[in-house]
Order: sequence, then structure tokens, then C-alpha cells
Amino acid sequence: MEVDREDGRSQNQLRPLACSRNILHRAHGSASWSQGDTKVLAAVYGPKAGTKKNENPEKACIEVIWKPKTGQIGKPEKEYEMILKRTLESICILTVNPNTTTSIIVQVVNDDGALLPSAINAACMALVDAGIPMKHLAVAICCCVAKSGYVILDPTKLEEQKMKAFAYLVFPNSVRSVLPEGSLRVEGEPIENGIITSVTHGIMSVADYFYCLERGRAASVKLSDFLRRNLQQQSTDSSKAG
Amino acid sequence: MGLPNASGDLSTEVEVDAFRRLFPLRLYEKHLLESIRPDARPLGRARETTIALGAVASANGSALAKIGSTTMLAAIKMEVMTPSLETPDEGCIAIDFHMPPICSPIVRPGRPDEAAPVVAKQLSDTILSSGMINLKELSLVSGKAAWMAYLDIYCLDVDGALFDTALLSVVAAFSYFPVPVVSLNDDGKIVLSEEQGLSDREPVNKEKRKINLSSIPFSLTCVLHKNYILADPTAEEESIMDTIVTVVLDSSSQLVSLHKPGGTVLAYTSAIQDCIALTRQRVKELQKILEEAISGMEVD
Repeated sequence: MEVDREDGRSQNQLRPLACSRNILHRAHGSASWSQGDTKVLAAVYGPKAGTKKNENPEKACIEVIWKPKTGQIGKPEKEYEMILKRTLESICILTVNPNTTTSIIVQVVNDDGALLPSAINAACMALVDAGIPMKHLAVAICCCVAKSGYVILDPTKLEEQKMKAFAYLVFPNSVRSVLPEGSLRVEGEPIENGIITSVTHGIMSVADYFYCLERGRAASVKLSDFLRRNLQQQSTDSSKAG
Repeated sequence: MGLPNASGDLSTEVEVDAFRRLFPLRLYEKHLLESIRPDARPLGRARETTIALGAVASANGSALAKIGSTTMLAAIKMEVMTPSLETPDEGCIAIDFHMPPICSPIVRPGRPDEAAPVVAKQLSDTILSSGMINLKELSLVSGKAAWMAYLDIYCLDVDGALFDTALLSVVAAFSYFPVPVVSLNDDGKIVLSEEQGLSDREPVNKEKRKINLSSIPFSLTCVLHKNYILADPTAEEESIMDTIVTVVLDSSSQLVSLHKPGGTVLAYTSAIQDCIALTRQRVKELQKILEEAISGMEVD
């Protein structure tokens, strides 16, 4: 089925991705992530000594501060902070540096749809830049369900508002392994099929949701490849400089 | 060794309690191997749920919902307002969620709980996006007067599954509340009849005294731990097992929300399907409980 998107993309096409790391010199790690016109800046400070009051001192603690582009901090920002915190807590290895706090500050530079997934991607790259130990990367994608039932990926803000429902999905990155195929499967599914985070908005049928998961997984493979190339390229650049 | 005595029983009780505090996860895993939880609930069963309608006499609609020990009180107050120019046929709902210090020892007046704004935002998103209330039903006279519904939800006791109980209390409050009578006063404005002593005048909304709800959303929170799925966790379970999935389905089995904010356990398709199946069962249970509560009110 031909779907007309305003910027001429196909259903499953993502917007042009750009990521640069180590852009802020004061922060221990930083990254800027842009998907089309949506741009997010993330900075990581840590690990710092001590944990916050109600947190478990036997593990490292993650603190997220979300700064919107304009306006005061309200409930939507608090919700984004909570989702980001829990997502990043699940990918970081918290037992390596117990009783420490790592702060991640997310600054929204421009919001043109798929803001939370861009922020998750930016925060993940900033954590890599800071050298925080992680189990795997978090690859985030946004899928929208239209009233007629088709699913589009990576919507712009206008598309998000027009659609009946959308889902933000976060998967682990795709695995390239020397072990034989099938040894890394959990319950018969490869690790990259597991969902780290899912936040949906709007009504969709259960079948639509599973279809979004499929499309999201396919897109996360493409995003994982982009991340891999980006990380390998910048690490060879810095070795040349040193 | 074989004879039970009073002091012996007390020391084993203290040992179990101490074990529960020191190694909560191990205690739970021992129970999960037998497919049961320490409070003797099977893994897929939710706690006892009750709804009391009309709990607040001065509010237009209210309900007190309890799931296990978690208690939420929702109340609706209606006010007449002028609708905005862009939406002259629609009313408005203002949703506010409070967690006063009575609900939990960690909440103090200057130190609000972190969960409060998150549950508040989730609630308002779910209520507005589920289409439970058609805002056009809240209109009185197109362009001139419409209802503004102030919905306040107070958490009275925290014991896990806050979102579920809050959503249930909102749905219960909306399902049974008589819309107050309005009439035209001397200045040509539409006002509440009782307030201005105009009970003898012709009411403007004589026929429409009830708000019709379309698809009603119901939710179930589950906790994932290794291969187990525990439905309706208590606060203790939520604190030791950090992967929480909340599924909201409406009465026509459409997915209103699937909220899984991170967590150490990755959710595969089978786990999601199991959570959705548990939620479907729960929706039927909750629909029955709600209908019983409504019919109880109507008999009076």
C-alpha cells in the first residue's frame, strides 16, 4: 500500500541520523543526536561519590535531569526523567561502582517528533563516551499507527499529532557474535527481540501493537548498524589523534 | 525436637521475618518455585478489589477504590464555564492526582513522592486518550455554556499498583454520578440551580442527567522476574523486582496503553502476550465488580 508522507519517505524509512560525541569538554561524556530536525544534547557526569537518600547504596545510582527547550519543568518532564532513568538503569552494570551517582542531563534543542527515543539514543551515546560500563546499548524507535491501520516509523511532529496512536519502543542493540546461531537465544528468541521499554499513547488494537513491535525490531537493526559504524569511526579518529 | 512450644514458634516467626527483611529476593524465589507468593496468592491473581460509590457526599460524583490495601479516592465537582472559541461544543476535564503524607511514610509535605507526577501524567493521558468521556457530552449550550469537571484523585494508602487503583476509582466515579441541574438566572447566565436558589425554575438540562461512557479502560500491573509474571504486585514486590509492566485495555479489548519503563528483565513477545491475557481476565473481573457496585447504588 502506498503511503504518502509529507517529506516523501516510505513507511519504514527513518530520517537522516547524525550523532557526534565528546562535544562538551567539561562533561565526562557528551553526545548530540539528531533524527531529521529533532535534536537532543546529552551530558554525563559521573560516577560521583554517594547515592541519593532513598536509593540502594549497594548499587550505582542514575539520576536524570530533563531540560525542555522552552517553558518550566512540569509533569511531562518528570515522566520522561523516570522513563529515561529506568531504561538506563537496566542497561548499565550497576554493581561495578557501588555507592556512586551518575548524572545524565538531557537538553532538548529541537522537538520535531520522536523526542523521547532521540533522548534515549543520545543519553546512551553519552554514556558510551563517558566510559560507563553497560551490558548492551539501548536503541530507541518511534512507531505510529494510523487510523487506517498502517504503521509508519520515525514520525515528524505533525505526523505524530495526526496519527491515532504511537508507541516508543526501546530494544537492545543487535548482536554480532562468533558463537553459533541459536546459543544466545532466550526462550527461542534472539536477545535483541526483548523490549527494554515500551510507552504507548492512544488506542490501538493488540494486533497493531505486535505489528509495531515487528517493524520496530527491524528498524532497531538498522539503527544498531548506524551506532556500530559511528562508534568504530570515532574511536579510530581518537587513536590517530593520540 | 518434635514438641511445639510457644517460645519455639515465636523464634521461627522472628527468623522468617528477619529472612524476609534481609534476603527478600531469595524468599520470593523460594515461593515462586512453587508458583505461589508469600501472601498465598497464585501468580496470576489480583488482590481483593472493592469499590464504594458516592463516598464523598458534597461532590457530584465520587468513588473509593481499594485493591488489597492500596486505597484511592476520586471525586468530581462540576462547574459551568464558557467553552473556548476553538471548541464551542466541548466541555473540559481537569485531572489532578495527589499523594498526601497520609499515604506513605516517605511522603512529607515538603518532599513529594517521585511517583506522583508520573502516575498523574499517565492517568490523564489514559483518561483523555481512551475516549471514555466524549467532551461533547459535557456541553450545555453550544458556544455559551459547558461543564468543567474537576477530577481530584487522592491516594490514601500506598501498597503497590497505584495506577490500577487510581484508574479504577476514576472510572467508578464517572460511571455513577447524577449531573446537577442548571437553569437560566435573571442575568441570562446558566448557573447551578441549587446554588442560586432557583430550584423552581425550568432546568436547562432536564433530559441529560447522566454522562454516557463509551469504552471504559481497565488496567493491570504485572511484575516480571526471570520467567515469572506476577499480577498486581504489592509495594514490597515492586521494590524488589524492578520490571513493571502496566497494560490498559478498554472494554472492546483495544490496547489503550502498554507501559514498561525499563527494568532488568527484557520482555519478549510471549511475556507480553501473557500480560495481555492476564489483563483481559482482569477486565472481566473489574467490569463485574463495577456493575455490582452501580446496581447497588441504583437500588437505593
